[in-house]
Formats: sequence, structure tokens, C-alpha cells
Amino acid sequence: MEFKTFVFYFLAAILVFAALRVITARNPVHAALYLVLAFFNAGGIWLLLHAEFLAITLVMVYVGAVMVLFLFVVMMLDINLDRLRQGFWSYLPLGAMIGILLVIEMALVLGGQYFGLEAMPAPPAPGEGYSNTREIGRVLYTDYVYPFELASLVLLVAMVAAVSLTLRKRKGTKYIDPALQVAVKREGRVELVKMQAEKE
Amino acid sequence: MEAMLQPVADLFGPIWPAVWTLVKIIAIIAPLMICVAYLTLAERKVIGYMQVRIGPNRVGPMGLLQPMADGIKLLLKEIIVPSGANKGLFILGPILALAPSLVAWAVVPFDDGLVLANVNAGLLFLLAITSMEVYGVIVAGWASNSKYPFLGSMRAAAQMVSYEVSMGFALICVLLISASLNLTDIVTTQAQGRFHDMGLSFLSWNWIPLFPMFVVYVISGIAETNRAPFDVVEGEAEVVAGHMVEYSGMTFALFFLAEYANMILVSILTSILFLGGWLSPVGFLPDGFHWLALKTAMILFIFLWARATFPRFRYDHIMRLGWKVFIPVTLVWVVVVAVWMMSPLSIWN
Repeated sequence: MEFKTFVFYFLAAILVFAALRVITARNPVHAALYLVLAFFNAGGIWLLLHAEFLAITLVMVYVGAVMVLFLFVVMMLDINLDRLRQGFWSYLPLGAMIGILLVIEMALVLGGQYFGLEAMPAPPAPGEGYSNTREIGRVLYTDYVYPFELASLVLLVAMVAAVSLTLRKRKGTKYIDPALQVAVKREGRVELVKMQAEKE
Repeated sequence: MEAMLQPVADLFGPIWPAVWTLVKIIAIIAPLMICVAYLTLAERKVIGYMQVRIGPNRVGPMGLLQPMADGIKLLLKEIIVPSGANKGLFILGPILALAPSLVAWAVVPFDDGLVLANVNAGLLFLLAITSMEVYGVIVAGWASNSKYPFLGSMRAAAQMVSYEVSMGFALICVLLISASLNLTDIVTTQAQGRFHDMGLSFLSWNWIPLFPMFVVYVISGIAETNRAPFDVVEGEAEVVAGHMVEYSGMTFALFFLAEYANMILVSILTSILFLGGWLSPVGFLPDGFHWLALKTAMILFIFLWARATFPRFRYDHIMRLGWKVFIPVTLVWVVVVAVWMMSPLSIWN
């Protein structure tokens, strides 16, 4: 067996195990940590496909930022496991439907040769000196610049909306502007007063 | 070298590449661990002198064996796992803290061509790996099942995610002007320009055109490693010792090692990205690893100096500095550098 094949199966096995544990782990913090492991291994598999930019971005964005905030929230929750399991049967039809949809999609992708996938030949192997990062950057800022900018605008709007929904001006806080604190001079705080010594 | 190693390579057969890489990894990690040990001594000595004390001077000549004594003490102490703790994650926490700070060294170039993995996306790799450092703290804080560690880890999560953003923007400026994510290329592109030809190459390094980014990067580096004055994560007056409250013996030592290994990593990266790595500051002296070591030691001294000088930042001020000062400054500077590069005034052609 080639070394690359071994690495693929190694990463894939951990990925499948971690993904299973995400939905079967009873403790939500454990589930979130298994999701981190799953992201990390998915990044590894993408690296094998010469997609180093996507792989590293996956780790950087999802593992480094999104999951940290996710854990932040999950750790703060006081989760009652019995309450969580109460709605199992009522949610089952919806969950099953989504599951079946996913299975159909995966079958379509994996069974591609039955649906005329030959019309789309596999891309040629990248040559020497090929940089995935450079290539993505070139395409993103030339051919796809408008969709890219549009997507970033949509995200910006979502971000502003989220901030404005939760922003509350509280009255009566004793917050002091740090710039004012830094700008304080001795003359503004202390006054030296000359006076005669008092006699008893 | 190749011919000398050939008989050994034949001995191992097909697993030789793995063995040889392992040897190289040990050749990086072992000196790093010695540096970490002596950085702790240096810190105590430097802070001691700054506070007009003498610092440790009992173990060995001038206290030089103090790190060894500390290491043996920590190794021999009992590891106490609290009964209410989540045992698996409690042990995993310190490991998650140390591992990324060691993995990142894989792409750090020590001299021209002297690097474990000369990957093209080295800078991205570093960003991804250093962004994982926060997990050790969070997992440790939660698994301890105790109030102060939890508060400490929540602070760590917010603080490290915030300062990563400004650090990332500072790195974007560097890669804009060097047009490469490869750390070796980033160093070699600093060895050009008018001042370099005049023999004053320290004026052609990135720290002058990117001076605001240099400052932001060093300060964010201090915040990322949770060092004073940004050490609210373990601020002993408020949360005792943050995520490390429940840890003892070797598990505590791992956090300690991770903190100092991270300090050295941030310092060596600052030297590589902004101070020209192994390049000699003047034309008539040869380049070499000793310059990189000297520059790294300089930045490390700033770390210790800051700790001895500044009082701890209040938590909301840390957040304000990160989000309201550093991120706007870095964002503006990215645009400034991009426009500068495209204008006729560009100095990087």
C-alpha cells in the first residue's frame, strides 16, 4: 500500500469515528471537541488533495475561531440531559427526512458513473511549482470578484444586524473613557495650597 | 553528509525517511527545551535585577542549575486529579496546550535552507497552528470543574481570539510586500533595496516600512501568549491562577513549558518577519544563525522587560485595545501598504 493511501485511510477512519461521536456523545462539550477533531482530520484529507489553502483555512477559521466561540457558549449552558431527550420522537420524522436527503445526495456523488459523470473528466494532476493559494487568490479576485465582494457584503450586513440586535445602551454605568484617563494631568487632580502653619 | 549517512540509511531500509525526520525533530525540540528552561532563569534574574534583587543564586554557580532543580521538583511531584474533574479532558488540557507550540517549529527557518519542512504555505500553517493554542486553556479550565479555572479559560478564549485578528492583519501586510507565504522567501526578500546595496541592510528590513505592524505584532504576541501585562487569564489577584489552579506536578509543568515555548516562538517569528531573520544588519559581516538568535533574544528581553514594568491591564481595556485600536489600525495599514505598493513611490520593485 502506498504511504499516501495509508494516510488517507488513517485520517478518514478518525474522521468517521469523530463524526459519529459528535452525534452520539452525551456531553455537549465532548461533542463539540469531537467536532474539532473532525474538522482537523477533514483538513488533513484536503491537504492530500493539494488543496492546502482550503485545508489550512478550515483549521484556522473553524477550529481556531468558530469552535472556540461554540465551546464558549456550550460550556456556559446548564444542560439537562433528560430534557434534551424528551422531544426525540417528535423530532424524529424531520431528522429522518434530512438524513434521507443527505444519503440520496451522497449516493448521487459516489455513484457518479451511473449518472454520466464521465462527461466531466478528472482534473489533470497539478504540475511542479503549483500553488493552490496563488491559484485561488487569482481566480477569486479576477473571474469571481463580484460574487466574492457580494458575499462579503452579505456577511457584513449580517454582522451589523447581529450587533444592532443585541446592542443595548445601559444607563447609569460608571464606564470612563480610557482616553480621558490616559490624558489626565497632575494639575487636574492635585492642587497645592500654600497656607500658614496652624497653631494650637 | 549524504555519503556518511548512507550506511545508516541502509540499516533502516524503507523507514529511513521517518527515522531521519524524527532525528531532525529531536534536534529542534531538545535545544528548544533547554532554551525554555534557561528562559525561566533569565526571567527571574532580569526581573530580579530590575527590582534591585539578585534573583536565584543558590543552586549551582550563580544559580545556573536552578532550572534543573525546578524541573526535577515538578517531575517528582504528585499529579492530583480533582474528584469532580472530567479525567480524560483534565489530562488532555496540558497536552493540547503544549502540542501546537511545538508543532509550529516545523516551518521555522533557522538559516538559509535550514528548516524542517520548507512548505509554500508556511505562514498560513503558522496562523492555523497558533490559533489552536487556545484549546489547551479552554479544555483545562472546563475539565477542572471549578469556578476560577473556568473564569480564566473564558477570559483566555475571548482574549486570544481577539488578538489573533490583528496579528493576522499584520501578517497580511508582510505577505503583501514579500509576495510569498514561504518563511524563507520572506527573509530573503528583505535582503534587497537601496539600503541593502549601501551595506546598511538593517534599514531595508520590514520593520521600517511596516513599523506600526511591527509594534502591533509584538504587543499582540504578548497578549497571545497571555504574558504580563495581558495575563488576566491567570491574574492571581482575581482568578488565583486561572486555568492552572487545579494542576500540579508535571501537568502544571506542561502549561509552563507551553507558555515559554510560545514566547520563544513569537520572538523568533517577529525576528523572521520584521527583523530580517538570519540576515546580518551590516554588509561587511556574514549572515548566519547567530543573528537570528541575537534578534530573538532581544525580543524575549522586551517580553521580560514589559512584565517587570507594566501593571496588569484591566480586562475591558484589553478588549478595547484589541478591537477598537489594533483592528482599525491594522485594517487601515493593509490598505495603505497595498496602495503604496501599486503607486510609483513603491520601494519593493
